[in-house]
Amino acid sequence: MSTVPSLTRATLAKDLRLEWRSKDAINSMLFFSLLVVVIFSFSFDPTAEESRRIVGGLVWVAFLFAAVVALNQTWAREIRNQVLDAYRVSPAPANALFLAKVLGNFIFVTVLQALMTPLFIVFYNLRALGPAYQLPIVAALGTWALVVNGTFFAAMSLRTRSREIMLPLLLFPISIPALLAMVEATGAILTGEFSAKFWIVLLAAYDVVFTIASLFLFGFVLQAE
Amino acid sequence: MKRVFPILAVLTAALLSYALYEALVVAPTEQTMGDVQRIFYYHVPSAWTAFILFSINFVASVVYLIRRSNKADIVALVTAEVGVVFCTVVLVTGPIWARPVWGIWWTWDLRLTLTLVLWLIYVSYLVLRRFSSSGQTPLLAAVLAIFGALDVPLVYFSIWFFRTQHPQPVIGGGGSIDPRMLHVLMINWLAFSCFAALVCWSRYRLEVLRREVDETLALEALLEPRGSQSRTSQTWRAG
Amino acid sequence: MLPVGDPSSTLCPAVIVTDLVKQFGRFAALRGVTAEFAPGRLYAILGDNGAGKTTLLRALAGLTPPTRGIISMLGTTDLRSVCGQVGYMAHPSLLYDEMSGMENLGYFARLYDVSNKDQRCAEVIGAVKLDPSLTRPVGQYSQGMRQRMSLARALLNDPKILLLDEPFSNVDLRSAREMVSLLTGLRDAGKTIFVVTHQASLLEGAADEFVWMESGQIVSRSSDLAARLETP
Repeated sequence: MSTVPSLTRATLAKDLRLEWRSKDAINSMLFFSLLVVVIFSFSFDPTAEESRRIVGGLVWVAFLFAAVVALNQTWAREIRNQVLDAYRVSPAPANALFLAKVLGNFIFVTVLQALMTPLFIVFYNLRALGPAYQLPIVAALGTWALVVNGTFFAAMSLRTRSREIMLPLLLFPISIPALLAMVEATGAILTGEFSAKFWIVLLAAYDVVFTIASLFLFGFVLQAE
Repeated sequence: MKRVFPILAVLTAALLSYALYEALVVAPTEQTMGDVQRIFYYHVPSAWTAFILFSINFVASVVYLIRRSNKADIVALVTAEVGVVFCTVVLVTGPIWARPVWGIWWTWDLRLTLTLVLWLIYVSYLVLRRFSSSGQTPLLAAVLAIFGALDVPLVYFSIWFFRTQHPQPVIGGGGSIDPRMLHVLMINWLAFSCFAALVCWSRYRLEVLRREVDETLALEALLEPRGSQSRTSQTWRAG
Repeated sequence: MLPVGDPSSTLCPAVIVTDLVKQFGRFAALRGVTAEFAPGRLYAILGDNGAGKTTLLRALAGLTPPTRGIISMLGTTDLRSVCGQVGYMAHPSLLYDEMSGMENLGYFARLYDVSNKDQRCAEVIGAVKLDPSLTRPVGQYSQGMRQRMSLARALLNDPKILLLDEPFSNVDLRSAREMVSLLTGLRDAGKTIFVVTHQASLLEGAADEFVWMESGQIVSRSSDLAARLETP
């Protein structure tokens, strides 16, 4: 039975399998993430006290750059050999494709974060003074925020010139409230000075609003030539 | 319709002159800030005008998605362009005001920050319009405008809460406003709105003409036989 | 004029195109194409580069929305509703290079909700004379094998209408002839097949009708290939 969930799963499985087979993309992106962490650590070298306050910003900007590199690859495979046309002529709903791509990107960016976070902890001697259990929640919500819009704008960029620069150009302004929330929440949790609750709620609201909007509007973008 | 435009133009010129006079001469001097404060009469109305233009852009984009109306697309384009200009005015007058009065160039003031984010979103909107192939531009732009509009309340709340956590100076001062100042503010807003309407209208007419030219050229290309040599004289080579 | 009505009737046209116009900016790829195509026939669409053949096929496949005009397929103008009964093949392979033939087809079979997936995939791969058990990724196939696998993908959902854009390009003569006999078999089974090709001679004797396009319009239709050759 071909429903959106089953098609999403099939597409996601296909993407993960393909990603696993052509490991070059993963490896180069992992290395890129490592480089980003090192460069940031060289450039911003505050004391332990200060670092807890600002590292929220550092970490999320680093994640953002790594995510953009990953997001630009999202549709690359579908453009080669025009495979996307094969999807478009089939009766499969556009949303299944979109969800599969978002989930794939989410997994991918989370893997990158899992590599970068220990390095940040090491370089900045980080320790959470607030409720540390909230950190994975913030990470998940924040990553989803970047990835859902990133995947959508990556699809839009397919129909434009200067595809690679178009994605961050569209993504960054719209992501500002989410970025602010991620940074502030992380800072709040690490310093323990404020409650991150408002920011977590804001991130959740952001995620809900833009996931619904993307699901609603993706069909238009897919069928655009 | 043809006569309305010059009338509106004259009215706008008159209003702008009057508003300038009111702002620079008639309005009372502010107690603490002095004459520098008069930039307020440009800063605030520009912001309101920009927000209204962007709201119109949102409505036009939704109309386009539903009806695929060419006119709606032109309205969206026009309001975005003029809105960005007014946003720029806000972003320039803000620091000019802030520096002599508070000693800083920038602050994460609610209005200023919201304007900055809107400016960024709509500049990306204009870049998207320029970089996409002409057949798809209206559709993609309309989708982006809707995303931008959905973002606005989230931006507002995030900045509002940020400011409660990290108190910042407020440009423009909170609190009540002298009724005479309010009067001048409203006059300036009216003048700016007329000016915005005038510019939008001109741009609209320009765009309509430009598209008509494009359509005529396209129609010509459609009707004329392609290529100067006749193709039927070529023999068909099989295999 | 064929009667319009019940699409399952063999007398009703499978595809009707009315005043189809497609413009890319100022370039008019299709300039008012009007035609009817009966079901159960093999149509060869011929013409020089830039004649509009690919654009016509893409419009029929629903990939390119027309600037103007109406396309009616299997009795309806809502192409999306009948897309499950259409098979499309283009010059790019429309396959994932890193997966094997069966893996590729397995995925696309899901998209079309094909029943008995594995069996059907093996069936169509066999029909194009390829080996279903081949685990080599499609990217390493020869061009001819890739074309055949792409055709297999188009056949997965047992479509009523087949749209094939240059299926024989870079295919060796023997394989091409095998593909043609496959197509005539499908035509005899009641499918409507459109083949865009530069190699008209391959379809001589197989195609029911040759349709010539020039500068975005259909300039002649004939069941006789030779008839066109004599046109001054």
